[in-house]
Amino acid sequence: MSEVPSELKYTSEHEWVRREEDGSVTIGITEHAQSALGELVFVEIPEVGSQVAAGDACAVVESVKAASDVYAPIGGEILAGNDALADAPEKVNEDPYTDGWLFRLRPDDDKDLDELMDAEAYEALLAEQD
Amino acid sequence: MGFKTPLHALHVEAGAKIVDFGGWDMPLHYGSQIDEHHAVRGHAGVFDVSHMGVVDVCGVRARDFLSRVLANNPDKLRRAGKAFYTCMLDERGGIIDDLIVYFLDDDWFRIVVNAGTRDADLAWLHRHAGAFDVDVVPREDLAMLAVQGPQARELAAPLVEVGADAALALKPFNATLANEWMVARTGYTGEDGFEIVLPAAEIAALWRALASNGVAPAGLGARDTLRLEAGMNLYGQDMDTSVTPLECGLAWTVALEPADRDFIGRAAVEGVEPAVRFTGLVLDGRGVMRPQQVVHTDAGDGEITSGSFSPTLGRSIALARIPVGAGDRVEVEIRGRRLPAHCVKPPFVRHGKAIVDLD
Repeated sequence: MSEVPSELKYTSEHEWVRREEDGSVTIGITEHAQSALGELVFVEIPEVGSQVAAGDACAVVESVKAASDVYAPIGGEILAGNDALADAPEKVNEDPYTDGWLFRLRPDDDKDLDELMDAEAYEALLAEQD
Repeated sequence: MGFKTPLHALHVEAGAKIVDFGGWDMPLHYGSQIDEHHAVRGHAGVFDVSHMGVVDVCGVRARDFLSRVLANNPDKLRRAGKAFYTCMLDERGGIIDDLIVYFLDDDWFRIVVNAGTRDADLAWLHRHAGAFDVDVVPREDLAMLAVQGPQARELAAPLVEVGADAALALKPFNATLANEWMVARTGYTGEDGFEIVLPAAEIAALWRALASNGVAPAGLGARDTLRLEAGMNLYGQDMDTSVTPLECGLAWTVALEPADRDFIGRAAVEGVEPAVRFTGLVLDGRGVMRPQQVVHTDAGDGEITSGSFSPTLGRSIALARIPVGAGDRVEVEIRGRRLPAHCVKPPFVRHGKAIVDLD
């Protein structure tokens, strides 16, 4: 069974979202997603300063097997990308919830976060897809 | 649920991710396909290739029969144990399968065919065998593994039934036999090594012995990136019955001499100038080329047949069919964007070293 940290929010596209103390949110892909993709060889992160809407394809994770889009879980402005992944995409496989984060954004509306799944709902989704 | 090799339980026990390949449940990797790739390039790895079909062709006219059904000429195989790579063609020159043929004795050849084409191959062989009074015998009692890498021969030789000295004395594309074992210095990775055919009941012991000698189990994932770096075609991807050997870089395997050798497909390939050029591609920047992506050239569009990430080069590489006359600078359509790539002559990697220009 995949690890699903209880303090995070999730999307049905297998992204996780963490609210930071400064009001920004950090986004990555879940343990389940990295495992399904296989070993990553390239990661493309969105440009800092760009504006994204919820559901926009804004990053790409590419494994030995296939390329997959990562969607913005909520709308906002991109504040940072994880530049370390350019040389070490395997961090997403090894530590998807910590060193393998993809990008950080400032939400247009904090309330959008409430629309996302909690850990329990995401676990139920995984159980359903198994 | 597919067919299972005699090593299936060991793969599962080793934590392999199992996938379907040609109707067989086969290990894709045992944790990291990239680590397995590097193990073969740098040291030694072992692959279960028991899904491949071992077929014996026996009879006094076995050579004449193979001369009829193979595009390469079995008369090149004179000394017992000698092997070559060839295609088997239909009347239109389309590739029914690619295979390795071993000449074992005056009335005995052995061929090793792909898992996915095994049944079609057997049907084709049986259909043409009658005229030559030969027996075509699938050897279900045998299994097969490949030990590949710079240390592979040294680590495997002490473990094989033919004896270490005989195994180490083998020249490339030669095989030797003892007690139902066949050890051949062949492979599908671009590294040195052996392919070993042996009784199914004995393969698990050999697999374990290799593992305790430090040979890394490697799955189909690594096998695919290794063969692609080595510039070797994969049946069903780079070729099938819709293309001739001239359209997939295999003209060198078609023996048109002597002119009176009447092999099936000859009329369709003799004197024909192919309209496509089969080439290797290296992607200039980031991204990964995949099969069926469009290649834009100055002479029209082509198509990727095999594409992946090359762990040795840290770049994406591919095999592609492009129009004859196209320049070496091309663009590959990857997820809606045109990314620059350039043509190279495969192989991309030989004996662990890059041998193509990356820029």
